[in-house]
Amino acid sequence: MNSLVLQSATRVLVALLLVFSVYMLLRGHNHPGGGFIAGLIAASAFALFAMAWGMEAAQSALRIPPGNLAATGVLIAAFSGVLAVFFEGAPFSGQWLQLTGHKNTGGISISNVLIFDIGVYLVVFGSVLTLIFALEEVK
Amino acid sequence: MGTAGGGENRDNGQAKLGRHLTLLTALPPALLTLLLLLYMPDIAAGRTISFGFVWIADLGIAFRFYIDALSLLFALLISAIGAFVAIYAVAFLHGHPQLRRFFLYLYLFIVGMLGLVLAGDLITLFVFWEVTSVASYLLIGFNHTSAVARRSALQALLVTTLGGLCLLVGLLLLGSVAGSYEMTQVLASGEAVRASPLYFAILILLLIGAFSKSAQLPFHFWLPNAMAAPTPVSAYLHSATMVKAGIYLLARMHPVMGQTDIWEWTLTCTGAATATVAAVAALRQTDLKLALAYTTVIALGTLTMFLGSDATIVIAAAITFLFVHSLYKAALFMVVGIIDKQAGTRDINKLGGLGQSMQITFVIALAAALSMAGFPPFLGFIGKELKYEGALAVASEPALVATAAVFANAVTVTVAGMVALKPFLGRPNHVYPNVQEAPAGLWISPLILGGLGLTFGLVPELVNDELITPAVTAILGTSETIELKLWHGLNIPLLLSILTFGLGIAMYLGLSRLRDWLSWDFSHAPTNADQLWDKSLEKLRLIAALQTNLLQNGVMRHYLTVIFFTISLVLTYALIRTGQYSLVFEWPHLNLKEWAAILLTVGGALMAGAARKPLIAICALGALGVGIALIYLFFGAPDVAITQLLVETLFLVLVAAILPRLPVFSPGRKIRFRSRDAALGALLGLLVTLTILVVLQTPFDSPASNFFKEASVPQAHGRNIVNVILVDFRALDTFGEIIVVFTAAIAAVTLLGHRLRRGKQ
Repeated sequence: MNSLVLQSATRVLVALLLVFSVYMLLRGHNHPGGGFIAGLIAASAFALFAMAWGMEAAQSALRIPPGNLAATGVLIAAFSGVLAVFFEGAPFSGQWLQLTGHKNTGGISISNVLIFDIGVYLVVFGSVLTLIFALEEVK
Repeated sequence: MGTAGGGENRDNGQAKLGRHLTLLTALPPALLTLLLLLYMPDIAAGRTISFGFVWIADLGIAFRFYIDALSLLFALLISAIGAFVAIYAVAFLHGHPQLRRFFLYLYLFIVGMLGLVLAGDLITLFVFWEVTSVASYLLIGFNHTSAVARRSALQALLVTTLGGLCLLVGLLLLGSVAGSYEMTQVLASGEAVRASPLYFAILILLLIGAFSKSAQLPFHFWLPNAMAAPTPVSAYLHSATMVKAGIYLLARMHPVMGQTDIWEWTLTCTGAATATVAAVAALRQTDLKLALAYTTVIALGTLTMFLGSDATIVIAAAITFLFVHSLYKAALFMVVGIIDKQAGTRDINKLGGLGQSMQITFVIALAAALSMAGFPPFLGFIGKELKYEGALAVASEPALVATAAVFANAVTVTVAGMVALKPFLGRPNHVYPNVQEAPAGLWISPLILGGLGLTFGLVPELVNDELITPAVTAILGTSETIELKLWHGLNIPLLLSILTFGLGIAMYLGLSRLRDWLSWDFSHAPTNADQLWDKSLEKLRLIAALQTNLLQNGVMRHYLTVIFFTISLVLTYALIRTGQYSLVFEWPHLNLKEWAAILLTVGGALMAGAARKPLIAICALGALGVGIALIYLFFGAPDVAITQLLVETLFLVLVAAILPRLPVFSPGRKIRFRSRDAALGALLGLLVTLTILVVLQTPFDSPASNFFKEASVPQAHGRNIVNVILVDFRALDTFGEIIVVFTAAIAAVTLLGHRLRRGKQ
């Protein structure tokens, strides 16, 4: 599609959508969002980019083959699951490290749950894009 | 050329080094043999060893091992012969490019067999039983470039796993009746099992398992086909292992399942029939390896026949014969392998006069064959005398058993002659003039095995006191004394022995005429088990093709029709089954935006159904999706709403990409399909609505959702329950799902790539 309006808008929109997807990913634990939704948003961003600028531009903008992205996601999710075992939990159980403040009331904490969600994000992102790119090749 | 030559030299050097190193592969089984020998006196004195750990506590399943005299005997045979086979295989497969793979399979097999005979838990036993099935599949199909080998491997796998499945059900039933899967408890609950109404079912299932593994009628056909394996494998499979797994099962279950009429009759008749059929088949063979394979079936039939009884002498005969058979059969297969390797053929009609050039092999062949034929002073003789004594002691049908035993043994004598005399005597063959003696690596193993047959024959106390008598005691549960000796005095067994020798030698002398007659006779037979097997496999494939064409013919519309139709049927059934319910339908009090969402949904659906152009239909579907997303949003599921909206968006993008290639909207047939599809869709919608209304009538009991609601913040520190469930409480499920997503993407790319390539061609 060769539309000047779409192309100009896309430049801003894609960046916004990608930032928004990370925002959705991070807020997911307490508010609507999460890895799955965020992955879909990120994938839509690149779908939009592909529509405006063409598939090849989208592929080179992504830099990495989307399949690799998805595979990395699976590995990260698996890693987070295994991580729990080293903290004497069952595989895939949530493990928390409280940095400041108190749990549930605020403060900053990190957990393998977030790592897992990042894995989900990458899998969804990569898989959907793989599909979109593949379908485009058929055309 | 130069580089190729250099590479060859280097390969040779490596092979030489590798060969010495690969001899180390014989070390683990040899060490294990020594270890077991150390335990032997203790075990013989009646001690048992049990160790393991709880595997699945809730189901009472343990990964446990149990060593008593019976399992020790089998384990010794497996590990000792395993070591000899490893030595032999190093020489036999010298230079084979896939030697490592071979030893991997062989070790898998040894481990499987050892685990099977040492299992102290019914489930553990089954697991190792399956391991041996898989390992034997890999070993039989080792020459995987040969179609025959592949077919034989698959046949062996299918037959033995079919039996394995029956065995699993049998073991589960047995465990439930005995109240435990633990071997010692199962062995102690014989009376309860025999009195149980399930006894008959358990027996049949266990016997199918044992018979399929040990190649009893009607499963006998796979074993001779398994000859497609390399000779070291055949030597191992046929002598000490695989086929003895079924025998082990029968012996192990003897105290639990035995001592009933049905056990005795089934085993005696099946064993006798198998031995007889295999004996006739053995006479027809010109391939030495095949002839030996059939004598294995004879041996297995004889063992099964004897295990039907519970008389001391019969069981003693079975165990002694089992031991003897392992020694001589392994040696003879190795000898046939040597002949094959040195002379280039196993065809008995082409072999002759090898005795001059292969003196060591000749001696070994003679030693093993004399043991197999049961000549004194070999252990085989003692085994055979015991066999006749046992046959006459079989309570149910001594005449039948004795006749079958005499005939089977006579054929065994004949085959012994075929293997040990025919290739070595007579005029040297001119087709293979320069036959040389095999290297030591090939003959050392059969030499030791053959020598053991002689040593144990001369001094039977070596094996009797600490191996055979305790094993018989373990089977029968009472303390037994058995005497193994060469001279039993002038009695009926000795007369039967002489009769056997006479018959066997007569058959050997008239072998070619006998074979002609037999082959003529068999060529007129309508079918045999092997062909029947092929036919049934073919039928199975036909049925599979038929149902695939019916249900999965590759047309998307058809798939959806099948799925929706099935769901409709199931829902209708469920609704009818539920029976009484009163539907209360209240006019909903909705506000304007909710009505708008519903209008959007319904309008989208109607429009998608009525649309004449694909683009309009897809846009209508998009509207429908947005409508549903809005409904989710209004009724408190923002996560689901967002997901729905995004999926709708991406769906539109994807469909737009493939729209030009979609065949859905082909003109002409569409009216008929449309009305049918619309009717099915309306029906399904109606049924789902009804189901939801009925479900809403029943009070909603929600321990799970209550738990998530309560535990979300304190345990998982998250306020978004949906996300907490996804990434914490049910993280393993989610992990499975993302793998599915990933796999689906890969599969789609592969399929599309295939389409693409085909399109370009």
